[in-house]
Amino acid sequence: MQLSTRIVMTGAAFAGLAGPAAAQSIDLTVTIPRLSVAEYHRPYVAIWLEKAGAPAKTLAVWYDHDMKDNEGTKWLRDVRQWWRASGRGLTFPADGITGATKAPGTHKVSFGADALGKLEAGDYTLLVEAAREAGGRELVKLPFSWPPKPGQAASATGSEELGAVSATFKR
Amino acid sequence: MKTGILRALAISTALFSATAAEAHRQWMLPSSTVLSGQSSWVTVDAAVSNDLFYFEHQPVRLGNVKAWAPDGSEVALQNASTGRYRSTFDVELKQQGTYKIANAGGGIFGSYKENGEEKRLPRGASAADIEKLIPAGATDVKLSESWSRNEIFVTLGAPTASVLKPSGKGLELVPVTHPNDLVSGEAATFQFVIDGKPAAGVEIEVVPGGIRYRDQLGQMDLKTDAEGKVTITWPNPGLYWVNAEASDKNVSVKGAEQRRLGYVSTLEVLAP
Repeated sequence: MQLSTRIVMTGAAFAGLAGPAAAQSIDLTVTIPRLSVAEYHRPYVAIWLEKAGAPAKTLAVWYDHDMKDNEGTKWLRDVRQWWRASGRGLTFPADGITGATKAPGTHKVSFGADALGKLEAGDYTLLVEAAREAGGRELVKLPFSWPPKPGQAASATGSEELGAVSATFKR
Repeated sequence: MKTGILRALAISTALFSATAAEAHRQWMLPSSTVLSGQSSWVTVDAAVSNDLFYFEHQPVRLGNVKAWAPDGSEVALQNASTGRYRSTFDVELKQQGTYKIANAGGGIFGSYKENGEEKRLPRGASAADIEKLIPAGATDVKLSESWSRNEIFVTLGAPTASVLKPSGKGLELVPVTHPNDLVSGEAATFQFVIDGKPAAGVEIEVVPGGIRYRDQLGQMDLKTDAEGKVTITWPNPGLYWVNAEASDKNVSVKGAEQRRLGYVSTLEVLAP
């Protein structure tokens, strides 16, 4: 019994070193609500991780990344909590992080080992913040612990600028 | 007539020294304090008024206003204009980090008696003019000097600290909490220094903007501790006018009895 445990643990440690083989991931679904407003612009959305005592880690930013002279970065500060927690320390565009704004609807996005890096064990919050030009701003938080238990999931729902947000965690 | 003179005095005090509690409030108001992008602009309004932050009395003259980039270099004010109630100017932000825009200056105040009649030095008198301004035979000469600073901060990208170093002259704020990293519900700590040394017991007045639309001023009256520090917990997001005053005997003008010091800043507090 002891022996088999040791073998299993060694195997896990080896897989951890190997990185991607461990298939760690956060699979996130973000719903951007369809709003009937006179002037609609797709929201800027930031997705990031926070853990007490550690720097915040940006996983994704959807913004007007393809404007002339990178002008779309002017409004990144309106995603204000993310801007303070992480965004203001990044340069844009940021490889593997920045992408185009998304239309209303449900969007699935998966963050694998490359995006997550090595996550220390502990209590985390996955945050999704949306800010819309000439519109509002909303933040949704999904607390989770790492490493996740099998089948671990979290969900929350915004009321204005975000719809349902849900995530499953795997390692 | 008497009222006219008093008013003129009040105006001169307000324009020349940001400290005058009996007079109006001097302020500068940036269009943004937290910005993103490779480069950006801020527009600043500068005025002297009763209500914060409304233009309703006098413009701040821009002669002494300067701006500094995060690397410490001076940046030109652009599109400067002075109107009836306010001055305005733009600053282009080309570097990432924190900019400082400051209006610092001083003057001489005083009175004397000539043939038994009390007279005051003209507004804007400088130390070099004193001998000319006070006639021979004047009695009861009373002089005081003032030095005041009105400054604001704006940050493009991540906040930096290089422009936050005090000049070492007069009453200044030394941030412990960065002045462009303020959020309502959180406490911010600032240290006040006089000539670069911690200033204990300085009275700090913090007034939220938007006075026109409420009945009470809602000001916070605070005092610096032994280390010159004061901690402010922001009750709401918005703009706050911070005013500090002090006086001492460390005069540089011959014959002056007192040095009056003032510090003013406009701080923006964001929602969490």
